[in-house]
Amino acid sequence: MIPTISQSRFTLWAYRAYVALFFVYLALPLAVVCVFAFNNSVFPSLPWEGFTLAWFFGTEAPFVGVFHERAILRSIGTSAFVAAWVSALAVAVGTCNAFLFVRHEFRGKALLYMLMLLPLIIPGVILGISILVFSSSIANTLEDATGLWFDGLRPGLPLVILGQFSFITTFATLVISARLQKFDPSLEEAALNLGASKWGAIRQITLPFLLPAIVASAVVSVLMSFENFNTTLILVGSDSPLTITMFDKLKQGSTPVLNAVSLLLIVASAILGLLSLAFQKRDDR
Amino acid sequence: MSSDASRLGFYLLLAPIMLWLVLLIILPHVGLFIVSISEKVGPREYEYGLGNYAAFFGEPLYWRTFARTAIMSILATALTLILGFPIAYYIAKLTKGRTKTTLFLMCMIPFWVSELVRTFGWMILLRETGVFSNLLQSLGLASGGVEMLYNDAAIMVGLVYTSILFMVVPLVTTLDSLDDSLIEAGYDLGANSSAIMREIVIPHAMPGIVSGCIVVFMLSLGNYLTPILLGGKDSLWFTGMIYTQFITRFNWELGAAFGFLLLGLSSLVVFVGLKLSGQSLSETMGRS
Amino acid sequence: MSNSTPDLSCSNLVKDFTDFRAVDGISFDVPKGSFFSILGPSGCGKTTLLRMIAGFQSPTSGDLRIKDTSMIGVPPNKRPVSMVFQHLALFPTMNIGDNVGFGLRQRGVGKKEIGKRVDEALERVGLPGVSKRRVDQLSGGQKQRVAIARCMVLEPDVLLLDEPLGALDLKLREHMKVELKALQAAFDTTFVYITHDQSEALVMSDNIAVMNHGRFEQIGTPHEVYHAPQTAFVAGFVGEANKLTAKVTATNGAMLSLVTEAGSEVQVSALSAGLAVGEKAQIFLRPEAIDLLPLGSEQAAGSNATEAVVETVLFNGANSTVSLRDTAGGVISAALPQTGALANLKKGDRLMTSWSAEQARCYAAGEV
Repeated sequence: MIPTISQSRFTLWAYRAYVALFFVYLALPLAVVCVFAFNNSVFPSLPWEGFTLAWFFGTEAPFVGVFHERAILRSIGTSAFVAAWVSALAVAVGTCNAFLFVRHEFRGKALLYMLMLLPLIIPGVILGISILVFSSSIANTLEDATGLWFDGLRPGLPLVILGQFSFITTFATLVISARLQKFDPSLEEAALNLGASKWGAIRQITLPFLLPAIVASAVVSVLMSFENFNTTLILVGSDSPLTITMFDKLKQGSTPVLNAVSLLLIVASAILGLLSLAFQKRDDR
Repeated sequence: MSSDASRLGFYLLLAPIMLWLVLLIILPHVGLFIVSISEKVGPREYEYGLGNYAAFFGEPLYWRTFARTAIMSILATALTLILGFPIAYYIAKLTKGRTKTTLFLMCMIPFWVSELVRTFGWMILLRETGVFSNLLQSLGLASGGVEMLYNDAAIMVGLVYTSILFMVVPLVTTLDSLDDSLIEAGYDLGANSSAIMREIVIPHAMPGIVSGCIVVFMLSLGNYLTPILLGGKDSLWFTGMIYTQFITRFNWELGAAFGFLLLGLSSLVVFVGLKLSGQSLSETMGRS
Repeated sequence: MSNSTPDLSCSNLVKDFTDFRAVDGISFDVPKGSFFSILGPSGCGKTTLLRMIAGFQSPTSGDLRIKDTSMIGVPPNKRPVSMVFQHLALFPTMNIGDNVGFGLRQRGVGKKEIGKRVDEALERVGLPGVSKRRVDQLSGGQKQRVAIARCMVLEPDVLLLDEPLGALDLKLREHMKVELKALQAAFDTTFVYITHDQSEALVMSDNIAVMNHGRFEQIGTPHEVYHAPQTAFVAGFVGEANKLTAKVTATNGAMLSLVTEAGSEVQVSALSAGLAVGEKAQIFLRPEAIDLLPLGSEQAAGSNATEAVVETVLFNGANSTVSLRDTAGGVISAALPQTGALANLKKGDRLMTSWSAEQARCYAAGEV
């Protein structure tokens, strides 16, 4: 139960074995994805045909590597574009929300906080269709009234960005609020007392204090945006982000090029994750 | 003058959240509801009615899929809790220091990887030409290829895999806050392990259990990739039907009704879960 | 006491951790129905000792018997001891009644019986009718009593208390000392109490064991421990004392003549110190053992009288002290008489200090 209560050796070992098995379960799918990125075969499955880097650097069909697969490269660019926008918007609005909820008392605050949490419990597909329906009806109305086209309100990247932003902002708000709550307001008062302006105090004292949370939520936002599928699938137009491209390829029958992309994604997110972690650690001291 | 400035500041802070919530959450859902009660009577001609909802209840395929999705999501949630609790307990109570941090971070790994990649991994493992099938053959346990993909069990494996992290993390957090001396006190007063679990540990972990279950249920219910990629032809999932109505059939009215039904179900389960455990949404979700 | 078996008996108990020995060969008996305190600084091994008695740690060697039954290998939930934890460990998810009834439920006592015994136990600790309340609705002192009721309802042979007063504020702590002593008398159960606070141990205990570096330095009544400390550690740890380092210049039976570091000559009666001429010694002198007399007073003609100047007066009500510098330059602190006779003493005043050779304790300096 706890270390100070002795347990039978067998129970303890069985427990440890279960925990070990669990981590194998966690690692296994990711491990096979990575391993098969180097299989010299056109299918990501056994038998093992030998080691190759063709799925990264290959140029000749059928061995066209990631770095020469134009559709995938373009979709990575699209994903990065979307993620940058979503992350910037979510962090900006999340920071405002944090100040609003931590620093201000107002009527209906509890209700507004509840509303802010709602995107967490709305399934992604419903967020997607509701935004699609709403923007289309606005577009229809505007087009009927003016006779002009409003492409921004039709499925496409602007809607994808808005759709992802609509729920990622909640995460950013929670992360930044948690940090702001730990801030000692007397630090800001001390700055005011020493002659800083209100905005100067926030900029020089409070925002630097929030920086770890801001960076962390920016990183998480980028990752969530890159990974998002459910909301994106509904709102996507002709430019598809990476997950959508990969999904289409997967449905057509997969080649190890998908493993190669996945491996790169895993490595990139691991680096991002570790960086944000290290950043937080450094500042916690 | 200073109070005017702070009022202005307040409204400047209020503006973004209002824009976000009103334009992207509230109005779209109102719009979705209006569409769901619209029936097409002619080209670009609609009238209000409950026909879409009637269509749902009239067609067994629809409501059976709905019920199936709900039941399998509940099952996946229960399974995730049963599998995840011992892991969370181990991390929170039986490890400390660096081991604890490492194990905790290892639990997070799947979160850093796109769901598509994770599902793809399971496909490689489970399909007829996959790793498990080959393993069984080389061990002599199977004579030909074994197809483990495209059935409900594969969906379960995938769902649990995708969501277990969201169960383990809140559980570790709440179990971590359980003082060891409470467990010791229980022993000292004569309780055995199962009584301590039942009377001390689980009541204490209840907030974590509830928030974990809610998140896992929501993720399972709203999942699209896992059922469609790991499930078979008959393994329909309700989110899949919504996509079909919107993208393939272009029947937005029926799709909107489906969406509202799914939203209703998920809200109901969240509500019941919170009521049963006496928690509020803010304290359950706000902590994560 | 020899005719009845002790409630708790440890013989040669040892606990080793990977890099140090926390408990080093401890033997003691706790007679039935007595209040036994283990007093020592933090890190002396007292918590480890208590946790071994409770069963949360198993001894490396030695035996531990409760009512003459060995407890080695008996898990904590099967031992006839209960423990009041340092932070009480009341279960926050249960109300008071369920907390107190927890142990009875584990023993399969009937529901009605539990209710009755819980009410009884709460009444005995002076908290009737609180069973429906939540833990966080009680004050610190009330929680303390609930924690005791939760243990006492099980009628344990020995009740262990792990510095339970530490978290309380000063006033409540003073109050709870008296109350704990009264509860122990009322329940007539053996209490084993660990603390680093000497005043708690002195006030409540029938016997005190002073512990240091995993060993017992002395076991005795509070009076013995205070007035006849057997080691320099006990003399320094229990109660206030002036500590003088000195060198033996002459011996005359039990009477030693010494010269302190500051250079004053003193006479100390030390029966058992076994010091020879030329050896270094430590002298412990209680502040209240020093008489303060006007200059030239006849009474001061006795032993160890010297003239001194007041350096500071530390007024603290009944515990007021004065710090004095004698003619040789040594500084000692003396208690001000509680009669208020010297109430207007101030810095720079001159007076005579005097103390009798029997009042001081003297140990070989190597002991500390």
